[in-house]
Amino acid sequence: MTAVTNRPTNRIGLTSQDYQGGTTTLCAGCGHNSVTSQIIAACYDLSLDPRQVVKMSGIGCSSKTPAYFLGRSFGFNTLHGRMPSVTTGVTLANRTLLPIGISGDGDTGSIGFGQFKHMMRRNVSMVYIVENNGVYGLTKGQHSATADIGQDLKYAGINELPPIDICAEALAADCGFVARSFAGDAKQVRELLKAALCYEGTAVIDIISPCVTFNNQDASTKSYTYGKEHEERIQDITFIPSYSEVQVDYEPGTEQMVRLHDGPMIKLRKLARDYDATDRWQAMKLMEEARTANEFVTGLIYINEARATLPQMMNLSDTPLAYTEEALLRPSRDAFASVMSEF
Amino acid sequence: MTIIDPAVQSSTYDSHTPIINDFTIVVATENGSGSQTANNALIRAIFKMGIPVSGKNLFPSNIQGLPTWYAIRVSKLGYTARREHSEILIAFNPRTSDEDLAKLPSGGVCIHPADLKFTTPRSDVVSYPVPVKEFLKELNPPQSLRDYIINMAYVGVLTELLGIDRGQIEEALMHHFNGKRKAVDMNLGMVDLAMNYVRANLPKQDPFRVAAMDATGGQILIDGNTAAGIGAVVAGVSVVAWYPITPSTSLVDAISDYAPKLRPAEDGKVNYAIIQAEDELAAAGIIVGAGWAGSRAMTATSGPGLSLMNEFGGLAYFAEVPIVIWDIMRMGPSTGLPTRVSQGDILSAYYLGHGDSRHVCLLPGSMQECFDFASVAFDLAEQLQTPVLVLSDLDLGMNNWMTKPFDYPTQPLQRGKVLHTESFETFLAEHNNQWGRYRDVDGDGIPYRTIPGNQHPRAAWLGRGTGHNESAMYSERNDDWKRNMDRLSQKHETARALVPAPIVDVKTGASVGIIAYGSSYDAVREARDYLRNHGVDSSSLRLRALPFNDDVTKFVADHDEVYVVELNQDSQMLQLLCSHVPALAGKLRAVNLCDGLPLTAEFVTNRILQHRGVVR
Repeated sequence: MTAVTNRPTNRIGLTSQDYQGGTTTLCAGCGHNSVTSQIIAACYDLSLDPRQVVKMSGIGCSSKTPAYFLGRSFGFNTLHGRMPSVTTGVTLANRTLLPIGISGDGDTGSIGFGQFKHMMRRNVSMVYIVENNGVYGLTKGQHSATADIGQDLKYAGINELPPIDICAEALAADCGFVARSFAGDAKQVRELLKAALCYEGTAVIDIISPCVTFNNQDASTKSYTYGKEHEERIQDITFIPSYSEVQVDYEPGTEQMVRLHDGPMIKLRKLARDYDATDRWQAMKLMEEARTANEFVTGLIYINEARATLPQMMNLSDTPLAYTEEALLRPSRDAFASVMSEF
Repeated sequence: MTIIDPAVQSSTYDSHTPIINDFTIVVATENGSGSQTANNALIRAIFKMGIPVSGKNLFPSNIQGLPTWYAIRVSKLGYTARREHSEILIAFNPRTSDEDLAKLPSGGVCIHPADLKFTTPRSDVVSYPVPVKEFLKELNPPQSLRDYIINMAYVGVLTELLGIDRGQIEEALMHHFNGKRKAVDMNLGMVDLAMNYVRANLPKQDPFRVAAMDATGGQILIDGNTAAGIGAVVAGVSVVAWYPITPSTSLVDAISDYAPKLRPAEDGKVNYAIIQAEDELAAAGIIVGAGWAGSRAMTATSGPGLSLMNEFGGLAYFAEVPIVIWDIMRMGPSTGLPTRVSQGDILSAYYLGHGDSRHVCLLPGSMQECFDFASVAFDLAEQLQTPVLVLSDLDLGMNNWMTKPFDYPTQPLQRGKVLHTESFETFLAEHNNQWGRYRDVDGDGIPYRTIPGNQHPRAAWLGRGTGHNESAMYSERNDDWKRNMDRLSQKHETARALVPAPIVDVKTGASVGIIAYGSSYDAVREARDYLRNHGVDSSSLRLRALPFNDDVTKFVADHDEVYVVELNQDSQMLQLLCSHVPALAGKLRAVNLCDGLPLTAEFVTNRILQHRGVVR
């Protein structure tokens, strides 16, 4: 798989080119393309084997993007709002795979809301990215369920319904990795992605990703201008891989270290707030405070790796079910005879 | 309507001429009163006496209180279809007792609690009043068990009156209670009280009797959902996702019950996943994901659930993902009659999806096929890379039927054209270094498939429901779309030769042909005997799958009149047959009914005779 170029390679000998996909067909300037770039960067940085990753999506602009990254990975662009269930099935069939799910605010907040909640409830091991722009793009400009109250669109008019907060919903569902970011904040997106990819369980990242065609007016909380002017990071996040030989220094009191199950660490440097991302109640309080004060807070909102993942809860064998040999998939003759004798 | 059943036709019974092993008992009770134990004990005891017997539970959608009827047919000829009439009534439900009594034929038998008063008593019926309350007082079982124990009174009465082997009743209770002596003895206590009472106080006045035969030796009693559940575990199912819905729930229950016995955990870990989804949308999504990732994945549902799986059915057809959907058909639409049988999902299953899609559907018609088709469905799904629907129904799925015990499988699993890392490399070497997920290499419409985990750098592809070319790349080109749809049609033609062929029984010289499928065939088997008594010879064809093969075409061509027997309002299979053999469609006639009950031979016989102008 090594390319014959002078490009730098990662630990498994791949160049960043090896993590590319097809050419995007989204609008120039679309926030989703920035997220795609950071997925490529994060996977390259982590030296993920593309053959271990499966790219999953529902339907919508965001759900098209798995075609634009990791061309060497399997993927499935499924049905509108149904990516969580399909991914659940994929992880049951092969627990060794690492799914990256891409969804949008319509795909998650409306048609797929039930599946989104149940996926988190089951703690399906996957990264679940919501590329959130408050508007339906492919159908040309309807309000989504995350639209601001008062959002004014050319054809749809003014939205009067309160927005669904993806992160608050994730917290309520006891999701153990809840983050929010902004497509214009490349470094934060990338560090959160790396942490999420190493997290065991469902990791939800709600990324405000402006729609330049239908909802980029300055007043919209989903616009570039608003994001740049109002983003308030709750912490600076640095992902420290487990193979890193760099001495990890941190300052107790101003920095918080979170170690993930197989070694990597997340360093969270406190900013204006005294915030503990391992405290679910603080996280819920932060979401409510940000909502009432109309603040755009980003960062790792909550992390807790205590819950068992779905394959763990179901005591699935370590060998993927899809690769279990026939002799084990069949009962023994004795077991079969014993069951038949019950009748 | 003229009644054809000769037993009923005689209309009165002479107590001096015994009627042996040829009658039906209907047990009328309240739902939730625990009569199932009593009914199963009766059936099992008669079955173990070597006498062909079948049971049909006609129950309401209710947990407790609504009326329920359980019909036990004893038939020396081995008929197992429902009958229009029953000779013996167990009137244990005061709310329906008048209506139930009125349905008895003259000379019939009514067994009832002594304190039950009928509004219109019948002098032409043999009545056996039984003081069940006194029995209860004497036995004094714990309060919580009274409702259950009381039912054993009619077991005792029938055992004495019909001559059922009491030892077999005891064996049946031992089987039911897994050998728990205390429970068995408590129930047997009531049986014995009732037997002794009958012997002392109720001289036999009716002609009905059982007598041991040798017609059930080596057979077992089982319901279709249990057979299918065991079959699925034997077939290597790995992922089961489902949402509770009557009458399919017991199929997944069977998998949950038998998987730990058949494929026990190793080091506390199992190689199957059974997951209750939040709805049928998610159940379908989970198995589509699991099938796409390479495991044997299935769900079980019924009509309303199937309609929720419609979108995934279309996606799986188009993205070519192997999945198996068991549809245990019941009366729709909406909630319909959820505890009543129907064959009403034929068209919606065959065409599940949007745009153009025709699915492989299997039509089990026996317990053996409920078991076998669990394997056949997975084999076909993986060989054809497509959803396979198994259309069973409530009658097959939830009632007890006789069958030979199932055999340990002799054939290996058919996993289809899956390329793993090494075989992918070989494939490339043999095919000019070319591979496309949707390329028809063999001319059978079935492409080669890779699954996640394949380590070859060129093996990956992006599945999608959108337009795609042979390399699974997004495409809106009209020629790509057309070529893909043509290939899917080609694949459907390939399926015709792979699916289970119909079972054809040709009577030489017969001009009448009867086509039936699933549980409706049982009535046809019996009806053909009655038709013969009326001078009408007939051939039969039992469909076992869609799409149809040439046997079906030939059968229609070879007969002048072809009756299509089914349990739905719109003659759904007949519609499919009309489009399969348009030039011969004029020969096809509907014999269909949609009233929530299993078909009877009387109905089938009469409708065919009506068509032929023999009766009106």
